[in-house]
Amino acid sequence: MGLQSLTIFDAVKGLREKKFSAVELCRALLERIEAVEPRVHAYMTVDREGALVAAAAADKAYAEGSAGRLCGVPLAIKDNLSTKGLRTTCSSKMLEDYVPPFDATVVARLKAEGSVLLGKTNLDEFAMGSSTENSAFGPTKNPWDLGTVPGGSSGGSAAAVAADLCLGSLGSDTGGSIRQPAALCGVVGLKPTYGRVSRYGLVAFASSLDQVGPITKTVRDAALLSAVLDGYDPMDSTCVDQAVPDYQAALGQGVQGLRIGLPKEYFAEGLEPEVRVAVMAAVTRLEKLGATIVPLSLPNTAHCLSVYYLLAPAEASSNLARYDGVRYGFRAEGVSSLVPMYMKTRAQGFGPEVKRRIMLGTHALSSGYYDAYYLKAQKVRTLIKGDFDRAWEQGVDLIATPTAPAPAFAFGAKTADPLTMYLSDIFTLSANLAGVPAISVPCGYSSKGLPIGLQLLGRAFGEVDLFRAAHAYETSEAWGQKKPVL
Amino acid sequence: MPLKETDVDYVARLARLEISAEERALYTAQLDAILGHAADLSAVDTTGLEPTFHVLPLKNVVREDTILPSMPRAEILANAPDQAKGCFRVPKIIE
Amino acid sequence: MGLQDFQLVSGLEVHVELATRTKIFCACANQFGKEPNTLVCPVCLGLPGSLPVLNAQVVEYAVMAGLALNCTIAGHSKFDRKQYFYPDLDKAYQISQYDLPICLNGWLDIKLPAQQPGGEPLIKRIGITRIHIEEDAGKLLHSAAGGQISAADSSLVDYNRAGVPLIEIVSEPDIRSPEEAVAYLDALKEILLHLGVSDCNMEEGSLRCDANVSMMRKGAAEFGTRAEVKNMNSFKNVAKAMEAEAERQVELLEGGGTVVMETRAWDADKGVTRSMRSKEAAHDYRYFPEPDLVPLDLSRERVESIRKKLPELPEAKRLRLVNEYAIPEYDAGVLSAQAALADYFEAVAKGSGNAKAASNWVMGELTGALNKQGLGITESPVKSAQLGRLIALIDASTLSGKMAKEVFAKMLETGEDPDAIVAKEGLAQVTDQGAIEGVIEAAMAANPTVVAEFRSGKEAVLGFMVGQVMKLSKGKANPALVNALLKKKMAG
Ligand SMILES: [Mg+2]
Ligand SMILES: [Zn+2]
Repeated sequence: MGLQSLTIFDAVKGLREKKFSAVELCRALLERIEAVEPRVHAYMTVDREGALVAAAAADKAYAEGSAGRLCGVPLAIKDNLSTKGLRTTCSSKMLEDYVPPFDATVVARLKAEGSVLLGKTNLDEFAMGSSTENSAFGPTKNPWDLGTVPGGSSGGSAAAVAADLCLGSLGSDTGGSIRQPAALCGVVGLKPTYGRVSRYGLVAFASSLDQVGPITKTVRDAALLSAVLDGYDPMDSTCVDQAVPDYQAALGQGVQGLRIGLPKEYFAEGLEPEVRVAVMAAVTRLEKLGATIVPLSLPNTAHCLSVYYLLAPAEASSNLARYDGVRYGFRAEGVSSLVPMYMKTRAQGFGPEVKRRIMLGTHALSSGYYDAYYLKAQKVRTLIKGDFDRAWEQGVDLIATPTAPAPAFAFGAKTADPLTMYLSDIFTLSANLAGVPAISVPCGYSSKGLPIGLQLLGRAFGEVDLFRAAHAYETSEAWGQKKPVL
Repeated sequence: MPLKETDVDYVARLARLEISAEERALYTAQLDAILGHAADLSAVDTTGLEPTFHVLPLKNVVREDTILPSMPRAEILANAPDQAKGCFRVPKIIE
Repeated sequence: MGLQDFQLVSGLEVHVELATRTKIFCACANQFGKEPNTLVCPVCLGLPGSLPVLNAQVVEYAVMAGLALNCTIAGHSKFDRKQYFYPDLDKAYQISQYDLPICLNGWLDIKLPAQQPGGEPLIKRIGITRIHIEEDAGKLLHSAAGGQISAADSSLVDYNRAGVPLIEIVSEPDIRSPEEAVAYLDALKEILLHLGVSDCNMEEGSLRCDANVSMMRKGAAEFGTRAEVKNMNSFKNVAKAMEAEAERQVELLEGGGTVVMETRAWDADKGVTRSMRSKEAAHDYRYFPEPDLVPLDLSRERVESIRKKLPELPEAKRLRLVNEYAIPEYDAGVLSAQAALADYFEAVAKGSGNAKAASNWVMGELTGALNKQGLGITESPVKSAQLGRLIALIDASTLSGKMAKEVFAKMLETGEDPDAIVAKEGLAQVTDQGAIEGVIEAAMAANPTVVAEFRSGKEAVLGFMVGQVMKLSKGKANPALVNALLKKKMAG
């Protein structure tokens, strides 16, 4: 097993103990990328030179005793996070050549801890999708079966971790975009509490739902990255000024005493039997580890999809209005007056799904429809959030569900009908709507050998409970030891 | 009420998206299907409920009125599709 | 039928740029007249991923304006996105306040000329519907000759102004004439300047006014359809534009036509308003709550603490000056129009103990001299304490009025204290009885025939003798004392 297969935890240990250098580690990853990336297409941009410079600096920092918490750790960044001097495309023709003059807060924090940024990962255009098939630059392949999707929108970030093309990565999650690809690629993905991580520099999709989070090989690694990512940022008005607990310390606490609710609405029709079996086995395991399993109802679950597909496109239609060909990004050629320039730029610069959501969201906000669609959806969101509040009030600490209704599906299987594709996120939407944290952790494989994910949801700012349970479960099973063959 | 192609035209114009005849037909059908699904919400009783515009109870987040350096002009114009005289240039505006 | 058969009805929307140090949502400097695109950052350029954070000073200034305009300050307000495409709007939405503005239901009293000559000026109350906070847009510079938008091949965009904080002050449709509109704008500007929340410079665009104008037949029960007139760059042009729009609408209505609700631009060169209606359908701004900013909840305590910091407003100051210093209404009006002038006056009045003389000096000699030199009151070479002392010297009879003016001229020139000038120039008035009697005796001795004439009953010669005494004293003898003593001595 090469250095590229290490966890972040083991890599940091090895670097500290001088078992290998950061440059050696970085080269191992770059070689792996060279060998495998053409088949997987996890990356939009690989920054070889930048990574090697950062790795050399990391080695120097170790030598000088000034190494940060992630010094020399090679990571990948979803390409909707602003990276200074490194193009940030959102996998859209609109931003194909856009080079940001600033770092997202999360990127700056990773750099400040000495991590080595290998490059930017592929996604569904502007994070809108569940398969990376909406990338303007071709989809990412699932490392477990190159004929299936990696999930999305953070499919590149999840596939890169699964295929050992980085030790860990950042994704963004608006309706499941970290957790669903993590599940489909057999890795760990955390969507933190809304307000836990700064959104400054995350290219906005739906501002009231977006969060940045880690995708890693283990829960411990997710906790390691979260310790760096989480916490107050004065550049984001919705980022909460609240102390970040010691996540590493929490990992060893086990699940003893935790009450885990099983919401019946998440085990109803539409769930593939293999997934149900794997998730129920995981729940049984958690019970054996000391958790108490309680039945639960989240009665407004059925409304999540409708609420989400009004709110997210509405916010998106507004957030994506700025791509007008004036200040940066793509501009249609050969147009000599303003309004046609706007219309052609946006028609040519955006792909079909982005346009569909812009249209949908514009409609939901337009005169005469705001109350019936947007406002109504925000009120039903109050009911959805209320379901969770009631669960916590009933003494439930965590909620266990499948992450996705099915394992990875074949390319093209759901592209014809947007609604079918939207159903891939059916179990992940509620966490974003309610603002609560949720983690996906591998819990087995389908008969075809495709990964299945268990989702755990917690109280707002209850990441510690998620890490405790997910880590206890993960270390009780050996799912993580299996690797895709590439 | 089913979505009409004229609604789609209106929305496309508002969103500054040029759409072809096929796209108009496609979007009309697809948006109508999605909105049809969303119509379930109208049956949900939300009497007396406040909308959840923000999931967090945050209020009054402000910053001090202190100047920090702006960005070098060359850096911001580096991404401009068209520029002149230190400005972003846009095609003529016909009302 | 004609204009006289109609009543003009108008409400004004005034956009005021706030004089904060930084922009509303980022730390770029809020400054006018810098090189294009040198005061911009990811936030005010709307770069992907950037987020707004509200400037605390903007809230404070908006509340100050609201309190000064007698508004209710909302306990709960929020920000919304107003969406439209235009090259000067970096995010393709303006962050503004839609249904929950920060200030509501205020009013402003305006002063109108007396209806009869010599009568009291008329006070009219104009309702303020709301004040909301929003961000300014950038600026379009048109490159072709003449600056005509349509004539240009292309436009240049400068985002230095993008994100400059604004308050929009919306009045009720209480305005009934262009004169009232100007009186309203004058009063509004005076208050905002006093508060220090804006420099209200119309040429630099820090105060901009749009007028909603409609015409109703006299006696009609309902307002007519209104048009919004924009693009006026001075108060005078606001009045002219309203007149022109009134005429246009009346002509239209008289001809059996109807007024269309629309936005019109004032063309100052041609003296007409012109439709700005594009081929676009009516604007559909798709307002929705700004998810990147959290609500603004102002407690009573917070509002009261801002109220305590409010400077005294012109009208309140005027009343106080009349009551406290017993100076005429007119004087109080002039002095209170400018906070620094009133402060100066109050210092002089307190220093001298003679408020009436203080207001005479400040409004007369001092203002005249400063105007001549093009100086403001805060730049006066004569400090308030010095002027107060000068008045005290007059009141103590140390200086005659005439001498005081000489001393004041020297003070203006040198900035020295009056006492120093009096000492240096030997200007002090002689009030010593013995000394004056000495001079009188000398004068009588020099003019025996005049003394004899007086004693024979020709009292008119006394004036001549006063002149002789003053001459001998080189003008320093106290004239009142000279008069009294001379009368006594001459009588023998
Ligand atoms: Mg406005
Ligand atoms: Zn700025």
